[in-house]
Amino acid sequence: MAMETHIVNGVLVVRLRGELDHHAVENIRNDIEDELAKTHYRGLVLSFRGIDFMDSSGLGLILGRYRSVTGRNGKMALCEVTPALRRIFELSGILKVVPMHDTEDSAVRAVKEA
Amino acid sequence: MAQDWTNAVLQENYMRLQFPSRSENESLARVAVSAFAMQLDPTVEQLTELKTAVSEAVTNAIIHGYENMEGEVRLYCAIHEGAIEVVVEDDGSGIADVEEARQPLYTSRPELERSGMGITIMENFMDEVVIDSIPGKGTKVRMRKVICRTSECQ
Repeated sequence: MAMETHIVNGVLVVRLRGELDHHAVENIRNDIEDELAKTHYRGLVLSFRGIDFMDSSGLGLILGRYRSVTGRNGKMALCEVTPALRRIFELSGILKVVPMHDTEDSAVRAVKEA
Repeated sequence: MAQDWTNAVLQENYMRLQFPSRSENESLARVAVSAFAMQLDPTVEQLTELKTAVSEAVTNAIIHGYENMEGEVRLYCAIHEGAIEVVVEDDGSGIADVEEARQPLYTSRPELERSGMGITIMENFMDEVVIDSIPGKGTKVRMRKVICRTSECQ
């Protein structure tokens, strides 16, 4: 599990890579929180383009960051969810809470404009 | 003759795996089950569903069964008539109320950022899920997923 972060106009973009299970989430949660603190929780985009596997621990990670960002009046969006992950996203109903975009650009734009 | 032999193997095959309740072993468990299931020639979607369900059951054993303390998780897999059966067993704390645990979004450990979707995912991704649990003794999760219809396999 790895992640790559960059900041676009104050919005933190996190590109996740590898397998997002309980083991990976335990390590990655704090890394994302550290980066969010540096950008004052203004906005967060999580990209799933590089994720080959995700279970409910990944859902917990998303909801946890959603609470942390929106609790500080920031906005959050998801993008580039691969077909393999689509069922778990649909089943969980998480997309009713956190908006999903096809591309990273449109997710960043939506978070910035919100 | 060769064909008959292959079918006989496919109808009754099994594997067992036991490992300490360390989170590193979650990927080991789902990759092992997925490799074992390959002999049924599953679709990519079936394999993803199977891996996800195994990951949920093993994660539950580690987080909830053993509450992140050291213990042993036992995994048993068998193939029977085109279906894969998976049993995940722990000797942990057990579940006091299985019906409550089954509810979507229910979690006994909200402080761990659990989504409460683990059992719901198992039930949606597998054809059968049976949970036997004795508080203080442990939990056994038995799951079954049809990979190929009998007529297509034989």
